[in-house]
Amino acid sequence: MSSAHTLRRFRRDGRVVIVGASLAGLRAAEALRGEGFTGSLTMIGDELGEPYDRPPLSKQVLTGWVPADGTTLPRRRGIDAEWLLGVPADGLDLAADQVRLADGRRIPFDRMLIATGVRARPWPVEAEAALDGVFVVRTREDAAGLQRAIAAGPSRVLIIGAGFTGSEIASVCRERGLPVTVAELGPAPLVGGLGAMIGEVAADMQRAHGVDLRCGVKVTRLEGDAQGRLRRAHFSDGGTVDAEVAVVALGGIRNTEWLRDSGLAVGVWGVACDAGCRAFDLNGLVTDDIFVAGDVARSPNPIYEYRFISLEHWANAVEQAEIAAHNMVSTQADRWPHLSIPAFWSIQFGVNIKSVGVPTYADEVVVAQGSVSDRRFVAAYGYQGRVTAAVSFNNAKWLDHYRRLIETAAPFPPPCPTPDQPADAKPVPVDFPGPTLLAQGATVVVTGHDPGERRVTVMRQHR
Amino acid sequence: MTTTERPDTLRRILDHSSRADPYPLYAELRRTPVALQEDGSYVISTYRELTGILHDPRLSSDVRNLARPMAAVEGRATPSFINLDPPEHDRLRRLAMRHFGPPHTPGLVSGMEPGLTATVSGLIDGFADEQRIDIVDEFAYPFPVTVICRLLGVPREDEPRFHVWVNAIIESIDYDPRTDPQEKLDNGVQATKDLREYLGGLLEVRHGHPGDDLLTRLANDDGPDGRMTDEEIISTANLLLIAGHETTVNLIANGMLTLLRHPEVLRRLRAEPGLVVPLVEELLRYEPPVQIIPWRAAYSDITVGDTVIPKGSQIMLMLASGSRDPDRFEDPDRFAPDRQDNQHLGFGSGVHLCFGGPLARLETQIALTGLVRRLERPGLVADPPPYRPSPVLRGPLHLHVEQG
Ligand SMILES: Cc1cc2nc3c(=O)[nH]c(=O)nc-3n(C[C@H](O)[C@H](O)[C@H](O)COP(=O)(O)OP(=O)(O)OC[C@H]3O[C@@H](n4cnc5c(N)ncnc54)[C@H](O)[C@@H]3O)c2cc1C
Repeated sequence: MSSAHTLRRFRRDGRVVIVGASLAGLRAAEALRGEGFTGSLTMIGDELGEPYDRPPLSKQVLTGWVPADGTTLPRRRGIDAEWLLGVPADGLDLAADQVRLADGRRIPFDRMLIATGVRARPWPVEAEAALDGVFVVRTREDAAGLQRAIAAGPSRVLIIGAGFTGSEIASVCRERGLPVTVAELGPAPLVGGLGAMIGEVAADMQRAHGVDLRCGVKVTRLEGDAQGRLRRAHFSDGGTVDAEVAVVALGGIRNTEWLRDSGLAVGVWGVACDAGCRAFDLNGLVTDDIFVAGDVARSPNPIYEYRFISLEHWANAVEQAEIAAHNMVSTQADRWPHLSIPAFWSIQFGVNIKSVGVPTYADEVVVAQGSVSDRRFVAAYGYQGRVTAAVSFNNAKWLDHYRRLIETAAPFPPPCPTPDQPADAKPVPVDFPGPTLLAQGATVVVTGHDPGERRVTVMRQHR
Repeated sequence: MTTTERPDTLRRILDHSSRADPYPLYAELRRTPVALQEDGSYVISTYRELTGILHDPRLSSDVRNLARPMAAVEGRATPSFINLDPPEHDRLRRLAMRHFGPPHTPGLVSGMEPGLTATVSGLIDGFADEQRIDIVDEFAYPFPVTVICRLLGVPREDEPRFHVWVNAIIESIDYDPRTDPQEKLDNGVQATKDLREYLGGLLEVRHGHPGDDLLTRLANDDGPDGRMTDEEIISTANLLLIAGHETTVNLIANGMLTLLRHPEVLRRLRAEPGLVVPLVEELLRYEPPVQIIPWRAAYSDITVGDTVIPKGSQIMLMLASGSRDPDRFEDPDRFAPDRQDNQHLGFGSGVHLCFGGPLARLETQIALTGLVRRLERPGLVADPPPYRPSPVLRGPLHLHVEQG
């Protein structure tokens, strides 16, 4: 009774502080207002300007179709917030319920949301990273700088790291006719996210588009000229390449340093939280007032055996933001779990790549529909006999079906033939670099459609 | 979930006497989301189940995958992509889309706007002073026919010829061996032949002659997938000609009927032209021209809910019922032009999502805006109006309106 009363008061005139004024932060704010929260809302962000969208930064912005400052996120409703921009938060005082800003201000809250995302992993040698022509791509400013450098028509662009961002940038450069070298430590592009089979397809695609792809090598040194401009890169196999532009695409670092002494469960994998986006403290106890969403969050997923998973996916940031907002203004009984099946997309070399599920959570993969040589197919991923993910190349319209297979712990490989199933469809080992430690057996399935009715049902127990 | 409890519901829906208001019968159907019929076919009527199966790669659009062969309408002609599965469907649809929409022809539909507006104005000029008009004959039919003829490169003056064939084909789509004379089917087969021959004649003279209409482009322009064969072009043109107007006619007529039944919305639309965009979406949900997809096939066993639909079964998809499912749409029997999150099934869903959807939307938006702006105090003469026979492509046969 009294807690319902407190909640009503909080919804009416409580104080919410959101740290990280980007995708997750903005969508959470909108959702809070949508849920009827009328109290005060404070948005804290270290970047200046309105929240903007990042996926176009490695795509349309680099081609010059969209200016870097033209990716402002559309607003779905007014959020009537106080914006504290251009100053990072540098601490959280849980005892006093205050966020500390770098300029010394303290912002009190009743409930707060952590949405500080990730930043680009910089080139490890500072002096080399500072060379003119060396870029990362995470912010609008990064993309604007790289766009200018590409438009100037450099003699060659070197991409370090062939994950999604690196591959997309390589694709844009080739589209503009620039010579491109891609250096990847793994055996093929995209291998870390999608495994060896897709990696091979991606490698073929890059080579077919004229990329000088070098796998299994490490860039050891970036060499500049007397004016501090990038000239050359050295590889671990003794090779070199002359390039005026290098893009460091080595993934991200989660922005959690500011929470180091907060008493929350924070680490390189992000801020741990429960499936309802409530942060865990150092002891693994769930807090009631601190929520986490987006790239910085790390939460257990019942479908993947309650493993803690952190994702750097746009849709995940939006969904977690909405779940966090809902749970912030709801009683324990009305809280929603975040049970969405992860989804990701990328566009490169004229191919629309989409995935559902967690492809790294797999031991086998099979081409379930279409044809790999036409680069139009769906590959299904399985772990110990159940479908856990699917990836489509130019064939995204089927992914809803695979999402349902994942939710219902359908058997792998999917047993029922489809008209466009390759005749020789045989599961092969998924083969990710590095060890994957996985548990066994599907324990739960997801039921329901709307966030309010989505629940997990136990199917069978571990043996 | 499966039951043959009320096998008569579907029968009653197909019966012409239910045409004016099939919606209560759909509600009855939805009590059994996947209903096995006496003849072994399955009827799916609820939104979740429909969207599920429309995204299921085991649902085949190729009637050759039916265990019991159906009365073939197209004879042995090359099927158009609407009746094919991937990868053939994808290839043909892609080849056609190259000349119709993004990414290769992005501005085609929006670029048609001035022409559409002029056509609409011209038609309305023709009857604006008449006291009594038939919205179907004088407007909802001639408008999309003119548009599709121009787009395809079919002479508009040939309309009386192909009109007869199209009618016979539409009638044979609903062919029911239990009630219909074989003659109906034979007429359909003959009409398909005649229409194909006619289109073949048009195509023949297009080869080697550059031009802007779709037939000419299909005949001459190559993309990465190469070119369609003449047979394939004819099948595609056949599909686009029929689907390109038979559906839009009904959407426009249903739309005007709905507006006349909701005068407050009609007045609002006059004052607030931007309303037409969500209003047409709501129409596609509330009174869709394509009510049923009658013949899809289970390529292999498909589980829907708790029901296993065995390989080879015929599956009927009750799209209009799904769009009125109260489990998905709040207050579904209310016409609410401001409705949010309106993911209706008016254009289907999945890989066969209506190819002409963007054009049909634009045509209907322009048509309804033009009608409500130009007609003075229009009133419905008969409610309900007489309906065309088809339960699949449902719409008024005539829509008489009086101006007061
Ligand atoms: C180039 C690029 C391309 C991408 N392409 C795709 C794609 O195709 N598909 C896809 O699914 N996803 C893609 N993503 C990922 C997607 O953009 C992210 O998942 C999404 O931005 C996550 O949103 P977020 O709000 O959690 O974090 P972020 O967008 O990282 O926002 C966090 C914000 O918090 C700020 N911040 C950090 N620390 C502090 C602090 N201490 N105090 C105050 N503010 C702070 C940051 O500056 C930033 O503004 C791409 C990302 C990039 C960079």
